[in-house]
Amino acid sequence: MNSLATGWLSPAEWEVLILSLKVSGVAIVAALPASFALAWMLARWRFPGKVLVDALVHLPLVLPPVVTGWLLLIAFSPNAPLGGFLERTFGVTFLFRWTGAALAAAVMALPLMVRAMRLSLEAVDRRLESAARTLGAGPWRTFATVTLPLSANGILAALVLGLARSVGEFGATITFASNIPGETQTLPLAIYSALQMPGSDIQVARLAGLSVLLSVGALVLSEWLARRSGQEKGRHVV
Amino acid sequence: MSSDAPAFEIAVTLKRGRLRLAYDFTAGPGLTALFGPSGAGKTSLLDAVAGLARPAQGRIAVSGTVLYDRAARIDLKPERRRCGYVFQDLRLFPHHTVRDNLRYGWKLAEAQQRSLGWDHTLDLLGIAPLLDRMPATLSGGEAQRVAIGRALLSGPAFLLMDEPLASVDAARRGEILGLIERIRSDLKLPILYVSHDRAEVERLADRIIPIPAP
Repeated sequence: MNSLATGWLSPAEWEVLILSLKVSGVAIVAALPASFALAWMLARWRFPGKVLVDALVHLPLVLPPVVTGWLLLIAFSPNAPLGGFLERTFGVTFLFRWTGAALAAAVMALPLMVRAMRLSLEAVDRRLESAARTLGAGPWRTFATVTLPLSANGILAALVLGLARSVGEFGATITFASNIPGETQTLPLAIYSALQMPGSDIQVARLAGLSVLLSVGALVLSEWLARRSGQEKGRHVV
Repeated sequence: MSSDAPAFEIAVTLKRGRLRLAYDFTAGPGLTALFGPSGAGKTSLLDAVAGLARPAQGRIAVSGTVLYDRAARIDLKPERRRCGYVFQDLRLFPHHTVRDNLRYGWKLAEAQQRSLGWDHTLDLLGIAPLLDRMPATLSGGEAQRVAIGRALLSGPAFLLMDEPLASVDAARRGEILGLIERIRSDLKLPILYVSHDRAEVERLADRIIPIPAP
């Protein structure tokens, strides 16, 4: 840990860190609109098959991650209809690519994000929305000025939960995207690989320390954000 | 909108659970009180006039403007009806200051719809000192006056008031009553007013529509 305290990382460690941040960042940005749409559907709509949608959303939470990774493999391999379609139309491939690691991380983070957002949307007082309508606001303005600010804390919580989940993602990633240094080897996968090599205790400790720093940093950031938005709301409360 | 049309023309059937509530009345300008016991569906009727609940059938027109007509397939959205709705539970936005609550409808109204000036309304209601407060810190009477102000400032063509004395303690009732009398006589807005209190209704109303228990 001494060499870590000086703040210098080896090029390989930098690579792992940057890749981890890229993979989880892209995963969360991609999962955010999808999970919000799902949370909205589950919180606000009544439709046949809602129970099924709810169950599907929660599947990555209850399945062994290896199984989720295998299902992704089946769905997104270039030979599969979905994977083939994506490759032909958008030129996007997932197998053995960092995009695959991001997809796996997004899928694993989705249920947690949907749950947090759904709870906060359900907590919004709909009578306030109808008040906004009588004051002349259309549905979109009502959403932007009433629903969204009143559920902002839940959305923030969803982001932090999702980020923590995706940074730590291991099982589905290694199954689906494999463990390729510089392409799909995120922090947990790098730790796992280092553990396989004899005499790499220091390497493991450094990577684990990095992982701890990253998590604590995310936690502090979310606390700070939550406190700041709390202060904003209580600005004039005596 | 023609000036000689009745203020309120209401002939609707509302479904509430298994109940069917029928209302049929025409009312002129001034304050029309819907008077009846709690649970008679008075709030449901106000919601239907505001566009927050859809009647099973019928027609609603205010000052000649048709807001809802099932036969003609007219159903204006709430934001197009220009109603100033003072809710029984107030519904002030908890994440906005009093100023931003008041500005919410004010900003959305067109200039020619703002029959009342900003300063004049604040003076009338005595809420200028409250502008920087958050709704949670207001007393019942203060919150009630802000709710009335928010409705008045949204450029309404008519007012809906649902038990506006419900959240006010007895000592402050006279003050709010006096305010509503001034709004009734100073502004030319038709008012639909819901109450279960006979004395209150007799003091304020130009006419009383009894709403019997279902």
